[in-house]
Amino acid sequence: MLAHLAAPRTRGLLALAAFIALLPLALSNAYYYDVAVLVGLNAIVCVGLNLLIGYAGQISLGHAGFFGLGAYGSAVLTARFGWPPVAALGAATAGVMALAFMIGRPILRLKGHYLAVATLGMGVIISIVVATEDRLTGGPDGMAVPPLALFGTAVQGERAWYWLTGALLLAAVWLALNLVDSPPGRALRALHSTEVGAEVVGIDSARHKVMVFVVSAAFAAVAGSLNAHYAGFVTPAKVTFLHSIELVTMVVFGGMASTFGAVIGAAVLTTLPQLLTLFKDYEMVVFGAVMMGTMVFLPRGLVPSLAALARRTRP
Amino acid sequence: MTQLRVESLSKTFGGVHAVAGLSFEVARGAVHSVIGPNGAGKTTLLNLLTGIYVPSSGRIAFEGDDLTGRAPHEFAARGIARTFQNLQVFSNMSALENVMVGRYLHERCSLLAAMLRLPRVARAERECREESAELMRFVGLGTYLSAAAAALPYGALKRLEIARALATRPKMALLDEPAAGLNPTETLAMDELIGRMAGLGITVVLVEHNMRLVMGVSDHILVLDYGQKLAEGTAEAVREDPRVIEAYLGAAER
Repeated sequence: MLAHLAAPRTRGLLALAAFIALLPLALSNAYYYDVAVLVGLNAIVCVGLNLLIGYAGQISLGHAGFFGLGAYGSAVLTARFGWPPVAALGAATAGVMALAFMIGRPILRLKGHYLAVATLGMGVIISIVVATEDRLTGGPDGMAVPPLALFGTAVQGERAWYWLTGALLLAAVWLALNLVDSPPGRALRALHSTEVGAEVVGIDSARHKVMVFVVSAAFAAVAGSLNAHYAGFVTPAKVTFLHSIELVTMVVFGGMASTFGAVIGAAVLTTLPQLLTLFKDYEMVVFGAVMMGTMVFLPRGLVPSLAALARRTRP
Repeated sequence: MTQLRVESLSKTFGGVHAVAGLSFEVARGAVHSVIGPNGAGKTTLLNLLTGIYVPSSGRIAFEGDDLTGRAPHEFAARGIARTFQNLQVFSNMSALENVMVGRYLHERCSLLAAMLRLPRVARAERECREESAELMRFVGLGTYLSAAAAALPYGALKRLEIARALATRPKMALLDEPAAGLNPTETLAMDELIGRMAGLGITVVLVEHNMRLVMGVSDHILVLDYGQKLAEGTAEAVREDPRVIEAYLGAAER
């Protein structure tokens, strides 16, 4: 019975792997691959952000800042200083983690709206710095980024990127699932429910909040860095407050405290605008209606609500 | 032998002296009760003894270490566990996971090791699961092993908090009104559980209103009134003390 309890995790991971492996059968052209890559990169950010929001119960309205710093870190180090892309990715991620640690220590003492506003401020500052340091970042015009090279060969073309992103998304999901079912992961879920309850069994809640903030920032930085290489270009648009909101919306829509929910949220909300281009001017109207409908009818998010429904209908 | 020493402990909220100049000692082992009328400062005292409140003045020493002003998780790390009158159950987790959280101090692993699920982490996880299930059986929750915490009835949640406290392998367990809201049968079972906890060598500090329970299990009783010590001693001594009778029943007419 105890082994049975751990099983759904492996099943979900295998299902995701199978889906990623079989999806190319339905992707008939490069454009579909392109959308799939964007879904994968957003999903990596959301899996990390969901650890912070869904599991630990802390909000961040500034994660586009970490995503952007990952992107610009890679862009600047490779284009301006000639670093190898993988080293740049590592350095950018480590830098973002250090920054998240320094910012997280003071601001994660705040709760609720106050934390939301503090993280929002952080994101705004990062986006202003990126837009004004034009000698380094190209300012509002953005800058070109050389292609990613792995083991001496450049990763180019949507197909290659699809497999790379797919593999990294699987790894991100695996890491997140492992964390959630471990002592530090349980500590996060515990302090989400009651901080006092968590503290009296010996959990240093402040330290754990900072830790998960740093981890989620790292996920965002890696995805940002890859995004820069994939697009071959970075602009401040990816660092804006609006992008932070999009990321949070993906997590909330897919389902809080559900790793697969974060993936599905990212998939739906990245794909939807592409489909909605058919509606031209009404695109945002349809998008907004979908969001409101979800909040009213599926307040816990898509995946947890559907899972609850499945449990209820099954005898 | 003294395990916990409290010296002139005070806590004020604005102008209210919830605990005022309280000094007492708790000897290792056995069951110690703290009683007193509503508002006597019992729960404030437990919050002070677990670091949830920082004392306005005074000192708390546990096994010779001064813990005054430390964070709650540091009190827990020294071996002081507690349950709550207003339950602090992790309602977003399963009942078993609630107990597993209690094992946190004894199966710490780095975030990286956890995320990579190194073999030793997976092994510790299996042991944690089994030991936690064992603790749930110990407190009489064997039938709720696969239940969500939110689905447990009130009486079971009280036991779940005790199982979680035991999972920290405490030297001292502070129980805040464990019998409040329980029916007579459940109270009897709680009485028996407290006895078994003491049998494990854990010092039990019991805050309780149910006098039958208190008089039955306590080796030593501390009576509080208006945040101060009114009386202290064995169950018999406290029961006969005129000041205690006065505090509870009002003064006899003279």
